[in-house]
Amino acid sequence: MLLSMEHLRKEYPNGKIAVDDFNLEVDRGEFISFIGTSGSGKTTTMRMINRMLHQTSGTIKIDGKDISKMDPVKLRRSIGYVIQNIGLMPHMTIQENIEIVPKLLGWSKEKRAEQAKKMIDLAQLPAEMLNRYPGELSGGQQQRIGVVRALAADQEIILMDEPFGALDPITRESLQDLVKHLQEDLGKTFIFVTHDMDEALHLSTRVVIMSHGKQVQVDTPENILRHPADEFVTNLIGEERLIRAQPNILSVSQIMLKNPAAITPEKTLDDAIDLMHERRVDTLLVTDTDGVLQGYVDLDDINRITDATTPVSRFTNKEVFYVQANALIGDTVDRILKQGVKNVPVVDAKKHLVGIVTRTALVDIVYDALRGAPASDEQPASPINADIHAAATHEGGESSQ
Amino acid sequence: MIHFLQVYGMQLIDKTGQHLYISAAALILGIIVAVPLGILLTRMKHGANAVITLAGVLQTIPAMALLAMMIPIFGIGSTPAIVALFIYSLLPILRNTYLGMEGVSPAVRDAAKGMGMTWWQSMIRAEIPLAAPVIMSGIRLSATYVIAWATLASYIGAGGLGDFIFNGLNLYRSDLILGGSIPVILLALLVDYLLGKLENTVTPRQLR
Ligand SMILES: Nc1ncnc2c1ncn2[C@@H]1O[C@H](COP(=O)(O)OP(=O)(O)O)[C@@H](O)[C@H]1O
Ligand SMILES: [Mg+2]
Repeated sequence: MLLSMEHLRKEYPNGKIAVDDFNLEVDRGEFISFIGTSGSGKTTTMRMINRMLHQTSGTIKIDGKDISKMDPVKLRRSIGYVIQNIGLMPHMTIQENIEIVPKLLGWSKEKRAEQAKKMIDLAQLPAEMLNRYPGELSGGQQQRIGVVRALAADQEIILMDEPFGALDPITRESLQDLVKHLQEDLGKTFIFVTHDMDEALHLSTRVVIMSHGKQVQVDTPENILRHPADEFVTNLIGEERLIRAQPNILSVSQIMLKNPAAITPEKTLDDAIDLMHERRVDTLLVTDTDGVLQGYVDLDDINRITDATTPVSRFTNKEVFYVQANALIGDTVDRILKQGVKNVPVVDAKKHLVGIVTRTALVDIVYDALRGAPASDEQPASPINADIHAAATHEGGESSQ
Repeated sequence: MIHFLQVYGMQLIDKTGQHLYISAAALILGIIVAVPLGILLTRMKHGANAVITLAGVLQTIPAMALLAMMIPIFGIGSTPAIVALFIYSLLPILRNTYLGMEGVSPAVRDAAKGMGMTWWQSMIRAEIPLAAPVIMSGIRLSATYVIAWATLASYIGAGGLGDFIFNGLNLYRSDLILGGSIPVILLALLVDYLLGKLENTVTPRQLR
């Protein structure tokens, strides 16, 4: 075991209990993320590992040795440390910055220069940059240096406190790739504080979810997605990710409702209203006589037309988003949950209307997932789903595009 | 002017030397005391205000009075003048050192400690270099004050360019008054310029 934390507790002088009974064993080469609401004790926990803070009680061991018995200065030189505000020394060149810890450790000038060169390569930045000052680099470049600087003295454990929080999404992604590479290919061990769930799930071998100084769940990303410990975790992960993580549901056809309310274009306004009434819905899908999806009609649009004999084709809205029956569920989820679309028609390869996916059906899957009942084992066309259909299509009309 | 230099040339060089000696001695003492004290003050938040206020009070004592007060302790000559000017030099250096050190970003301090620098290493390698431009401008300000006030040192027998001015005042000789005050002004400007250059060199390239 590389790092072990037992019954850690931190009470600040003002009486605030920031960390309470924290336990974690970290193996060499792991990537551990701490995630949780702000003030949940992530930073406090991390800073006890390099003795920037001292725990009120509990033990931290590295390679079996109690760190409270080590020289704190030596300990810190052996642990990489990256903070959000980058922490590069603005008055030192990039090379001098990278060489800080090697210099503190008394490495020779040649060895240091060689290492600086190696590190800038690792950061995938040009060697000319070694002579520049931090202020001459972009935020993303600076943080790349911040990351490799933490490894410059062959540190095995790297602590990172929200290191990419201030970067734009694209830069952040490229830095995530960098740290993932360092962990996977160089076998470095990371303790990583983040408030970005995607980042935590993407990078980590295990995620520690914290709330009010306590660990709520410690598990692999897969297990956290499949079996969130409680409502707090569920909320933190978010509805959308939970649905996407359902491996049992593969295609849209498995969750769609069959026999959606549909009408053909040559029918009249009267027919449309009758059908809506009969099916208790306020949108109808429009298909041609072969069943090919043409669009939809909405009760709101119909209200403006006075002539009862107007054909449906005249008020068909042709801009309709649909999915293939064999499409993966994720796309549909995106549409429905992110863009607020209430339902999505499902078509086969020849665009024949075969069903509809409603928001309510998706939400149901989430709850099934939470209860641990695999949704795909049930037949989609069950009576329960039929009820949802009526309700969902009713809602659907209010906000259809 | 030519005539003045012919008559007083040697004396002028002599007095300028004395003037510089008194000023430099006072300023160097001021730096030796005020810079470490200013750094220390950033570590003891509570005492800081009190000490800076005290230095401010010392600053407001009229120069003549301060010089006169030195006589019973140090007698007359350059020693009491140096001590008095040293007291004047403290405030700007102290205040700027304190502000400069306080202005170092906490992230830098945190990173320095987190990487395993000792307190001393963090001071020498990170915090003092970063605060140096602000500290230097305090020293520059002190230098200008000290050179100007060193004129008064003549009053307690310390010599310097003040001798010309006081003689001129006694004898109603405006050439002596000007012959003393113009070199003081030039000296102050020159030192300010040179220290300004130095300030530039201690400012990290990136922060200029
Ligand atoms: N120096 C301190 N003194 C008192 N309370 C603190 C101090 N530092 C942090 N806290 C409190 O401890 C809790 C945990 O803080 P922190 O570890 O920074 O949380 P996180 O990093 O998860 O946002 C917070 O409620 C915070 O207000
Ligand atoms: Mg934090």
